[in-house]
Amino acid sequence: MSFLHNYIYYFGAFGLIFIGLYIILVKRNLIKIIIGLSILETGVNLFLVSIGYISSGTAPIFSRPEVEAARMVDPVPQALVLTAIVIGVAVLALALSLTIRVYRHFGTLNLRKIKEQRW
Amino acid sequence: MIWLATVLICLMLVAAITAAIFKDLLSAVIASCLVSLIAAILFYLLQAPDVAMAEAAIGAALVTAIFVIAIIRTRRYEE
Amino acid sequence: MRKIIGLILLIIIAVGLGLALVRIPFGTSKSRLGEYYIREGRKETGATNIVTSVVVNYRGFDTLGEVTILFTAALGVGAVLSIGRKRKNNIKHQPASLILRTGCRFLFPLILLVGAYIFIHGHLTPGGGFQGGAVVASAFLLIYLGCREIRISEKGTKAVESLAGLVFVAVGLVGLAVSGYFLFNFLPKGISGRLFSAGVIPVIYIAIGFKVGSELAGIIDALVEETE
Repeated sequence: MSFLHNYIYYFGAFGLIFIGLYIILVKRNLIKIIIGLSILETGVNLFLVSIGYISSGTAPIFSRPEVEAARMVDPVPQALVLTAIVIGVAVLALALSLTIRVYRHFGTLNLRKIKEQRW
Repeated sequence: MIWLATVLICLMLVAAITAAIFKDLLSAVIASCLVSLIAAILFYLLQAPDVAMAEAAIGAALVTAIFVIAIIRTRRYEE
Repeated sequence: MRKIIGLILLIIIAVGLGLALVRIPFGTSKSRLGEYYIREGRKETGATNIVTSVVVNYRGFDTLGEVTILFTAALGVGAVLSIGRKRKNNIKHQPASLILRTGCRFLFPLILLVGAYIFIHGHLTPGGGFQGGAVVASAFLLIYLGCREIRISEKGTKAVESLAGLVFVAVGLVGLAVSGYFLFNFLPKGISGRLFSAGVIPVIYIAIGFKVGSELAGIIDALVEETE
């Protein structure tokens, strides 16, 4: 029970990374692979934020001027994850536009059939 | 509070497995949108409101819209 | 065959990652850098949102790199999708129903207002340039979905995006000219908790909000365009 208490967030992030990697390695449709990439990135971001968590801490914002800085959560992983989320959406937009071009050129999105054709 | 997190994480993993299994790509994209939404709630439970706002606005709305537009331009069903 | 190799590789990675994860303790303080930022952040920068002061002030150069990546991606999407296409000008869109059109037109300025509020108050409350920019882009997405015959002008989007990026770099260069450090916080810090405080942080976040909003709206516009 205390094992569950301590590690449930790590287990969730690990499960998402595992499922994302499974989709990228095994599936053959290009859009399905990009969905797997998106799930993998969400898993890694969840892992980073859950490393910075301090038990019974609070958000790192001085909302009222007299809030004590006694127990605040680590702000550095949150700044890194903010950057990572925006970079993730940029990569996904570019990947999907390349997928649309590939479909226009080859007529199919199946990786096995694309490898058999030549340019 | 830890029970809420446990239930949400189980739901998130079920949604991710659903996104891997479905052959209809539109349903898979909706399942991945559900994964992003539950991740935004989990970010809030981990005391990170900035990250929760960014994930909800970007991951759950804009990424899903871009995927749906790409599926309209290509095929809907996986072969 | 490929499936079996993929599954074996996946099991090896999963075992290695699992063995590493159980050794990381959950819920304890792991770095002293975070404690330093929490202790000295409000005095040194004047912002009450510590994550904002880390993103814009202590790690401002990384944010400049990220804005460059987003700019390159928007450029790439526009370049890849417009090869060999001619814009169709005489498409007859089937108009949406009256309730949908009126509702979208009513909601559009309200969502823009919420997005602007989020990125203007980035240094006081949770929020900031990236979140506010994403909300502004969602407002443009609503217009594309609801009233399908309105298109935003591409030149306007590109002009706003480039100008906002130039403002960010110009602020950094003025900091370099004033005191020898790029992106130095040269405006007065003021009383923490007011809107006009924290030096140059609100200026940078407003520029980032405009830039991210117009960039994501431009990406959606490039994807939706009908081609030959």
